[in-house]
Amino acid sequence: MSTTAQDQLTTVETAKKLGLLQDEYEKIIAILGRVPNFTELSIFSVMWSEHCSYKNSIVWLKKLPKKGPYILAEAGEENAGLVDIGDGLGCAFKIESHNHPSALEPYQGAATGVGGINRDIFTMGARPIAQLNSLRFGDIKLEKTKWLVKGVVKGIGDYGNAFGIPCVGGEVFFDDCYNVNPLVNAMSAGIVKAGETVSATSYGVGNPVFIVGSATGKDGIHGATFASADITEDSAKDLPAVQVGDPFQEKLLLEATLEVIKTGAVIGMQDMGAAGITCSTSEMSAKGEHGMDIWLDRVPTRQANMQPFEILLSESQERMLIVVKKGREKDVEKVFAKWDLNCALIGQVTDTKRIKFYVGDELVADVPAFDLVLGGGAPVYHRDYKEPAYFKEAQKFNIDSVEVPKDLKAVADFLISHPNIASKQWVYNQYDSMVGTANMSTNAPSDAAIVNIKGTKKAIALKVDCNARYVNADPEVGCAIAVSEAARNIVCSGAEPSAITNCLNFGNPYNPEVYWQFVNVIKGMGSACIKFETPVTGGNVSFYNQSSYEGPVFPTPTIGMLGVMKDKANRMTLNFKNEGDSIYLIGSSKNCINSSEYLYSFHNVKNTPAPFFNLDEEYEVQKAVKTIIKERVVQSAHDCADGGLFITLLESAMTNGLGFDISFDSEIRKDAFLFGEAQSRVIVSVKKSDEDKFIDLMMASRAEFEYLGDVKGNEMIVDDESFGTVAAAKKIFDSALGELLK
Amino acid sequence: MSKFGVVIFPGSNCDQDMIYVLRDIMGQEVVELWHKDTDLKGCDFIVLPGGFSYGDYLRSGAIARFSPIMEKVIEFANKGGYVLGVCNGFQILCEAGLVPGALLHNNDRKFICKNVFIKAENNSTLITSEVPTGKALKIPIAHGEGKYYADAETIKQLNENGQIIFRYCDENGNVTDAANPNGATENIAGVCNAGKNVFGMMPHPERATDGELSNIDGRWIFDSLLSMVKN
Repeated sequence: MSTTAQDQLTTVETAKKLGLLQDEYEKIIAILGRVPNFTELSIFSVMWSEHCSYKNSIVWLKKLPKKGPYILAEAGEENAGLVDIGDGLGCAFKIESHNHPSALEPYQGAATGVGGINRDIFTMGARPIAQLNSLRFGDIKLEKTKWLVKGVVKGIGDYGNAFGIPCVGGEVFFDDCYNVNPLVNAMSAGIVKAGETVSATSYGVGNPVFIVGSATGKDGIHGATFASADITEDSAKDLPAVQVGDPFQEKLLLEATLEVIKTGAVIGMQDMGAAGITCSTSEMSAKGEHGMDIWLDRVPTRQANMQPFEILLSESQERMLIVVKKGREKDVEKVFAKWDLNCALIGQVTDTKRIKFYVGDELVADVPAFDLVLGGGAPVYHRDYKEPAYFKEAQKFNIDSVEVPKDLKAVADFLISHPNIASKQWVYNQYDSMVGTANMSTNAPSDAAIVNIKGTKKAIALKVDCNARYVNADPEVGCAIAVSEAARNIVCSGAEPSAITNCLNFGNPYNPEVYWQFVNVIKGMGSACIKFETPVTGGNVSFYNQSSYEGPVFPTPTIGMLGVMKDKANRMTLNFKNEGDSIYLIGSSKNCINSSEYLYSFHNVKNTPAPFFNLDEEYEVQKAVKTIIKERVVQSAHDCADGGLFITLLESAMTNGLGFDISFDSEIRKDAFLFGEAQSRVIVSVKKSDEDKFIDLMMASRAEFEYLGDVKGNEMIVDDESFGTVAAAKKIFDSALGELLK
Repeated sequence: MSKFGVVIFPGSNCDQDMIYVLRDIMGQEVVELWHKDTDLKGCDFIVLPGGFSYGDYLRSGAIARFSPIMEKVIEFANKGGYVLGVCNGFQILCEAGLVPGALLHNNDRKFICKNVFIKAENNSTLITSEVPTGKALKIPIAHGEGKYYADAETIKQLNENGQIIFRYCDENGNVTDAANPNGATENIAGVCNAGKNVFGMMPHPERATDGELSNIDGRWIFDSLLSMVKN
């Protein structure tokens, strides 16, 4: 170590400023056998940050099911999960959060979230074909919320539209708990031919290491550490920790990356996300059980005189680290020259298992790769947890304490224009949803987005789902519901649930009540994923979504599910098709209004248990729906979800302007029947000529079902009372969100 | 048979969609033309696809218009060769002066992607030759700068010469303000040059051609282009 580097020896105070604990600092000294210099301490601080190390979550994440017959890359193995979808094709998919940057700088925060998740997909050699996102904001009436919504949506749109991958689905949800901490979760899915995948690994002594793509600037330094702390008044001062995105560079990087893989010259590749060069060099080296010598002065930079730690920690976007077969350097350089991208040789693979960073002849940092990474030397913590008081309190809720409103049409009108229920077209019309000419849902909507795999009989079905109100009410049940609802949506579209990715958004893990939510979410997710045989292929954990003055956000485990449709002929859509078709409910009505939007927002009753849910009943309902779709006895299938049965019927009615005429169930409260959100229910429409066969199939299943009424006229009729025309409701449903955001 | 050349600029992202439609659905020979190329490879129809050429950070199409391949495209068009620009391709054609007018930011300053309806008023150009006049075609748009603008004198000439190839309309074919998604002058969705060999349009017909996407209204437009082969 040079004298300059030695001069910068650190103390525990420096470590604390970088977000490390005293114990962690001592562990670093033990690993190195000496006191780290500032550059080395910075390296440890980002690699051991929550964001990179999962130190407070990994104990529980390991309990999730991750094996399955179709899983090609398990959770933690690569940058994204990889699922075999047949025909020699794999689907790489992953969801990731960009919450903290978006809270401060919504436009760039959201934009770079889109960029980062797509790089995770194409660094594996897969071409992204679809994107989704899951967004949560605070009270829509607040000016700050409107600013965040507009910034986030424009950021996602501008980045994704230029990058040129369609945004095929998503969710937008508003609740006061997100006033300070909005959640921005972005998902991408890509397709790769078997045998053309690339691993995030490094080996072969003497093999050259290249950095490609954008030059390295001072943006995003300590972004990972920043994402691992509560948001405070001072967070705005951390603005340089927010990265800046360039979708044009990303598009070029995509094309160049996929082209360079075809040369066969690549040993391994990883994109630079959190912790930039530090993370990619150490993770690839640890995986390949080798070391690297890297010269930081050879890294193309955007400004002069960047310090070594700045180059190491920069989270400048649109960059990749590539380890190349020695002797094939020219092939790689040629491709990047064609796309006018930087391609700089910055080092080589060694057998030391250490990452040595140099500036010229000066060694500025020398750290062991394995000790930096998750699964290696990074700390692992068992956290205490305790049941929060609100949970016990919620169990006391009795439906009889709420009177059935006399004017149910007023409730319907309230829900149709509620921002959590109304159409999100104000948002999604700003996203290019059709580029790639593979989005099959544009003109034929289904519960999940269906994306064509051209040249095959196949399509994939994608869905993001999480009702965080349910998860807050009961983390275990609520998360099982999130998985089940995603699966139900995939099944209602005619596809088979295959695997999930998750984005786990929580408050501060050092708060035992937050950690209790986390632990129970994992339990609920695990049981549902086992039941539906949908292993968890990865994702990310975002803790510290809380502020000093408003407390934690709802526990929000966003589920991104992949389904496979083996034959597109089995696709099912959600809209009513023909006047006179019968409408059936698969599953059964329940006297339950728990945690419904109706109870929460119309009656302002906030603390109640999760809606009725039984995993076995759910399983039987989905099994029955699969059968009746496959046997082609239904014209439409639509999951009964937010807003309850009435909103579900309206959604099926709107596409073709076809109304419905149904009757109440005399044994169920009218408000619970129309607006309750009990789970495991699907609305289907059936041609009269198919009705006998439909009933036979349903009788043979283990799911309950009941006749509700008919597709009829252009009005919404319940027990002879009109709730208005479908066209009038559609007008409000379509425009409500835009009006609220004005 | 004719030979189509689809130009790929850095940042083009509808190039493969266009190639898929021309080659796999319409059965035509298609070659890719790289922006650095200086040869049209013997193509008799050039297509400038949608996307964000060179990132479009300055003004859509402003940089692409100066690329090496565009010199050849301009030469080809000036000799009467057929050129179609869709979305970003239309913006590039305007910047290059191959069709009149300009494309401004949408009225509400937001990017818009959705299905809209357009109609051809006559069959006097190649691109509208097979489109039933007055029929509302459902074709998607996806743009932030798609508001067609030209001065009153130019608009008058375009009308008189039959150079307006498509206008935004409602599903029944009525040209109304409500059916105008971006504030385009006179609901103009597409125009051609005076020679009627260069066509520019904001809507994406290639996104409405594959039966698997449940909308094939764009085929009227591609069928029209292929009528060139018959004649």
